[in-house]
Amino acid sequence: MTDSLTLPGPFPAPVPAAGDPMAAQFGGLHRLLPASGAVPVDLRAHLDRYGALPRPDGPGRIIAEVEAAGLTGRGGAAFPTYRKLAAAANGDQAPVVAGNGAEGEPASSKDRSLLWISPHLVLDGLQVAAQATGSRSALLYVPRRRQLHQRLTEVIAERAAVGMDTARVELREAPDRFLAGEESALASRLADRPALPSYRPVRGLPRTGPGRPVLVQNVETLAHLALIARYGAGWFRAAGTADEPGSMLATLHLADGQRSVVEVPIGIPLAGLLGFGGQLPLPPGRAGGGGDGLITSAAGPVQAVLVGGYHSAWLPAAQAARLPLANAALRPLGAFIGAGVVAALPADRCGIAETARVARYLALESAGQCGPCFNGLPRMAAALGHLAGPRPDPWARADLDRWAGLVTGRGACHHPDGSVRFIGSALRVFAAEAGLHERGRCSGTNPQPFLPLPGGQPLDDTDWS
Amino acid sequence: MGKQLRVDPTACAGHGLCAELAPELVSLDEWGYPIMPDRPVPRALERTARRAVTDCPALALALTRVP
Amino acid sequence: MTGITQATALWYASRATGVVTLVLLTAVVMLGMLVNRQGRLPGLPRFAVTGLHRNISLLSVVFLAIHVLTAIADPYVTIGLAATVLPFISPYKPFWLGLGALSLDLVAALILTSLARALMSRRAWRSIHWLAYAAWPLAVGHSIGSSTDMQSGVMLGVLVGCVLAACTAAAWRLSRAAREIPRAGRAAAALTQMTPGGPPRLASPGLVPADYLMTAQEAGR
Repeated sequence: MTDSLTLPGPFPAPVPAAGDPMAAQFGGLHRLLPASGAVPVDLRAHLDRYGALPRPDGPGRIIAEVEAAGLTGRGGAAFPTYRKLAAAANGDQAPVVAGNGAEGEPASSKDRSLLWISPHLVLDGLQVAAQATGSRSALLYVPRRRQLHQRLTEVIAERAAVGMDTARVELREAPDRFLAGEESALASRLADRPALPSYRPVRGLPRTGPGRPVLVQNVETLAHLALIARYGAGWFRAAGTADEPGSMLATLHLADGQRSVVEVPIGIPLAGLLGFGGQLPLPPGRAGGGGDGLITSAAGPVQAVLVGGYHSAWLPAAQAARLPLANAALRPLGAFIGAGVVAALPADRCGIAETARVARYLALESAGQCGPCFNGLPRMAAALGHLAGPRPDPWARADLDRWAGLVTGRGACHHPDGSVRFIGSALRVFAAEAGLHERGRCSGTNPQPFLPLPGGQPLDDTDWS
Repeated sequence: MGKQLRVDPTACAGHGLCAELAPELVSLDEWGYPIMPDRPVPRALERTARRAVTDCPALALALTRVP
Repeated sequence: MTGITQATALWYASRATGVVTLVLLTAVVMLGMLVNRQGRLPGLPRFAVTGLHRNISLLSVVFLAIHVLTAIADPYVTIGLAATVLPFISPYKPFWLGLGALSLDLVAALILTSLARALMSRRAWRSIHWLAYAAWPLAVGHSIGSSTDMQSGVMLGVLVGCVLAACTAAAWRLSRAAREIPRAGRAAAALTQMTPGGPPRLASPGLVPADYLMTAQEAGR
């Protein structure tokens, strides 16, 4: 277990000054995270602010309310939450309710920030989900950080002392792996097996062996659930769009290296979120992202934006500047909201080299179970590495295309598919840069790596337990 | 309706018998792992598919009913 | 014809089929190891290895059945049906026949579970199939002691041949297993194979530092 709890700051987003064009979008949106900053909310403050969780009317009522609210999962898949709750409530056995805070996505910090600052909201949400599905057993699946673990243990004990919780809450540790938070990997871990994804030909709740079904909900989804139970569907829909209602937590990576977790309404323009200004032509000799030039921002000129995470897609900055943070706009372009990562790649970096770094990480994070994945992803990462290096490989792009086709859809989980999507988007958006690399040149001018990656790679099976 | 030939990729070890027994249905990728047919198995090939399912040393194949 | 009465014929039949069963079981065990390690028989397709393993095992059941039935029917020695499946209760050479009974029980489990493979979980079938590594040595033990046949001459040669062949196959299987890359290291091994000199070192004209593609740990930070 690591001792450090590195949270990006400041929290929440710096509240813009009145008159600032961003104020209208950010104004009043402090549902999950308090306006007072990164100070953890204790039980007293939590109850003062939100009031007590209302007595449940009956499981059917809350599920209907969640359906009316249109809450979708905030873990990346954006699956309608009411359907999962209904499936769990109508199942043959009462499920174990698991709050998923594993956050294997390196560029995302929203889940551990939420757990650190507003754990009571998450725990309230666990209780709501447990009551709605007739469960008396819940747990939080959290990363191995001593401070976070300690705090959550105290919080759970505090709540137990005043008898707030009807369902018993346990704390379980997630291994430090990209795939540790995958639903079936989580279920495996609960059954005391390594956190490896399973092959699931039939859709439905994952099970811990022949044992109980597990209702997995991202911790942010649970926090929203806790608020819907108090304030109702209408309140929830006051933010966001008609098709994608509510607010969400996003992890921002600005071009100057500043990182923060912010709460925003779904559908907020990316330009506003990233502080974009006007367009800027590419300097001569620079390839950049997307070919339409750069976009200025308060943090520096930006060539491309990564929306969603390492399984989503790059977008050229000029295109991103015209888009809202909403799946309706992102999906047709190959991207999606995912884990809420929004990263603005500075103009001075090499997009191919950045992608090659992440691709290597993704390849090494393969569970090693499915042939197409543990063969294809490393080969793609190696080819990208050659493309990014000084020894250009004329076959790299053709190989990458072929492997992308061989790898997609042939694993037990979506790791190969997501990685291929990410790599494919880079080859499209940074096509001009790739062309330069094939001729042995690179137009990046800043050697600092931009996208975050954890150190260390898996060595043996114990790293998955 | 039809039957779909599916592989459990976590159980498959790339023995390759399926591609030998049912070449009209299964081919191997460049690493020796089987590529399943995306269409349901034609009735004439059902027996071949069934043989591949029972002979797989890793018990990784299944012939499932397609709704 | 002198010396061979009906009774003696049964006894000879039991001994002969016993030897054949041992040879066939040795072949089955060796082929089983070959299947497990994805080995090939030269010139034959992959399904031949699995096919031979299955077919020879079924053939060995036939010989095993004749071996057991003739042994029971033979009036020269008292064995009794129960002693062929319950070990160590035979009036005649209880220990050596007991080994045979144990071996038969295990072989029965292997055959029955394999016929019903599709009906059981993969893990259950595999756990039971591992018992093959117990069934064969028990058969060898039974062969050595239940009659003096295999203690001299050609038959001894056959016995020694079977044991040597099986041990060679086992050594091969163990060495292959030792070289197998564990699951957690597979992707890393593929990556190392594709980039034998380590992650590519980016240098000018890329203007990116040499260890750009390394993780912090690899770069020694």
